[in-house]
Amino acid sequence: MGNTLNAWSNALVGFNPMGLPLGLVILAAIPLVFIALYALTYGVYGERKISAFMQDRLGPMEVGKWGILQTLADILKLLQKEDIVPASADKFLFVVGPGILFVGSFLAFAVLPFSPAFIGASLNVGLFFAIGIVSIEVVGILAAGWGSNNKWSLYGAVRSVAQIVSYEIPAAIALLCGAMMAGTLDMQQINILQSGSWGFAHFFLFQSPIAWLPFLIYFIASLAEVNRAPFDIPEAESELVAGYFTEYTGMKFAVIFLAEYGSMFMVSAIISIVFLGGWNSPLPNLGAVALNDWTNGPVWGAFWIISKGFFFIFVQMWLRWTLPRLRVDQLMYLCWKVLTPFAFVSFVLTAVWEIYVP
Amino acid sequence: MQELDIAGQGSVRVTRKSDNVVIIEKDLATEQMVLAMGPQHPSTHGVLKLECLTDGEVITEAVPYLGYLHRCFEKHCENVDYPGIVPYTDRMDYLAGMNSEMAFAIAVEKLLDVEIPRRVEFIRVIVSELNRIASHLVAIGTYGIDLGAFTPFLFCFRDREHILSLLEWASGARMLYNYIWIGGIANDVPADFNKRVMEFVHYFRPFATELFKLLTENEIFVKRTKGIGIMPADVAINYGWSGPMLRGSGVKWDLRRNDPYSIYPELDFDVPVPDGKFSDIGDCLSRHLVRALEMEESLRIIEQCIDKMPGSEGFNPRAGVPKRVRPKAGEVYGRAENPRGELGFYIQSDGKSTKPLRCKARSSCFVNLSAMKDLSKGQLIPDLVAIIGSIDIVLGEVDR
Repeated sequence: MGNTLNAWSNALVGFNPMGLPLGLVILAAIPLVFIALYALTYGVYGERKISAFMQDRLGPMEVGKWGILQTLADILKLLQKEDIVPASADKFLFVVGPGILFVGSFLAFAVLPFSPAFIGASLNVGLFFAIGIVSIEVVGILAAGWGSNNKWSLYGAVRSVAQIVSYEIPAAIALLCGAMMAGTLDMQQINILQSGSWGFAHFFLFQSPIAWLPFLIYFIASLAEVNRAPFDIPEAESELVAGYFTEYTGMKFAVIFLAEYGSMFMVSAIISIVFLGGWNSPLPNLGAVALNDWTNGPVWGAFWIISKGFFFIFVQMWLRWTLPRLRVDQLMYLCWKVLTPFAFVSFVLTAVWEIYVP
Repeated sequence: MQELDIAGQGSVRVTRKSDNVVIIEKDLATEQMVLAMGPQHPSTHGVLKLECLTDGEVITEAVPYLGYLHRCFEKHCENVDYPGIVPYTDRMDYLAGMNSEMAFAIAVEKLLDVEIPRRVEFIRVIVSELNRIASHLVAIGTYGIDLGAFTPFLFCFRDREHILSLLEWASGARMLYNYIWIGGIANDVPADFNKRVMEFVHYFRPFATELFKLLTENEIFVKRTKGIGIMPADVAINYGWSGPMLRGSGVKWDLRRNDPYSIYPELDFDVPVPDGKFSDIGDCLSRHLVRALEMEESLRIIEQCIDKMPGSEGFNPRAGVPKRVRPKAGEVYGRAENPRGELGFYIQSDGKSTKPLRCKARSSCFVNLSAMKDLSKGQLIPDLVAIIGSIDIVLGEVDR
């Protein structure tokens, strides 16, 4: 049984009928179809269902069984809506804002290794690219907020820029700790270095006694980077109506929403790649029961990284529906006086650990 | 060095280094921005409009504009028979209709000579305390939303639903009851009402603890509310504050104790005031805390009422209801402790008409809101939202 469990998965890579790499195409299609499905529909659906279960509600129930088609119906509705550009808005910035946001959020998917056999663009500076490309979102947010010519939007945009730019520092330093442990910025390579027959024990989170610190710092900072509660002050609906996308309607609104859910998965995938082994199976080999060997492979890899990403998305939603929102100054305090110093500490400690402990 | 302040350009510093070298430094000019918060804003709890003068996120001045929900309550009263006014009082503080009706009934009954059956008093107290819990649940839940915690709101509404169905069972309406009449109540409570109320009390107690843990003791919640919008006791009294707002400032003032009405003197309950350990006295957290603790006291009152309530044998809920309400000439001020503070009705009667000559409502929300200008000075926008939420206004009562 052991060999058959993932033999098909490995065999798929070599499936080349008539010289066409059909197997690889199928493998590449898994993450793409998944991204489309997740980001376009089931991220929003999941959020609604999870929040509903946390709040003693049922959530969407009418469209399809358990409301499974609810998001499709919503998208159809949004497509039919009138696309309003406010008369006093800066039309160019207003239109271009959501586009930049969307591109910034989905471009990072290119360097995410979705399985041992598939990565969109195998850059040798993949991690650096992923950190950098997220910053582009700031431009989109600022364009959207300023272009709307609405005071609430402007407040949201200014807050958002301040927040994302600040939180990039602890986030990047925390990721650097992972990069230091790997000795490379290549995302695929980082994953390969975490493979091993002991499963989860090879993950960077368990490879050093201080890895939990950058892991935690990156998780908190990533919440702020994608504007999730308790750091959702840029779109704080009770203060700023809807923040920088107050004036958006129809498909432009939907694009902003998709970008948000895209970023949510992106940071979740990055944290699982750098600290939790990405596409590696967490199951260890136990003597003859070679769980790790059985559950590793191209298709299994996609399964593991997507499940790990979903787990962190679930934690993000869990936090969002539990915690109140921080105030602007408290947010900055947390970033500059708590997370950044601790990020530096973990950076130094990781460096010491990597140099002196083989 | 010389400092000049040229209007609209920020300050300009002129430093003379020598006869020939003069350094002129200019700050970046900043302007204050007028920000209209409301009347359509998610956290102004209805149609309140606040015109804020802001410097960045800091509010230099916030002026409330009222009247978007003005329905001429007082003028209507002069044209409607006394019993006809009762439904109007429901629509003032629509979250605590029973309490408003009770305040109005108390005021009119002071002018009339009617004997209220004892069972009526008990039923009145039970329904109004139930309504008080429901109202505080809304206050606490929406306060959570104001601070970004959405889940407590739905938990609160889930439990408020039980109260609303109890009140619907008794009165036939979920929100605008018209149940407490002048001199009596519309009808007796259903046969199993007491049993179901006790079931609710037992069901609700653990929930109140859960809510306390989820929201009140939450680190971020405390951070957002502690020390924000502090109102000293003397200023609060000068503003005429009442209810949980005044008790939040540390003044033990509850009309159920200080100007007892109905059967409250017979009942054993505490008036919770913050002790300054968990919160700074007079801040938003204290006001929230008072509401959270008052729910427990209301539960105690309900339990005692159900214990002591006389049976329904030979009970006519309308025994004291006059055929035609025509009070003797004179004026009266009746007041009661509403969930939001003292709701009082000043009524003038000429002794001949079945309509009041003048009826003025002293609205607790309106008085509490009047301190907005003081409270909001120098606060951040998120703090302003926290302050408005802690005042717990119902615009129906502010504008009447």
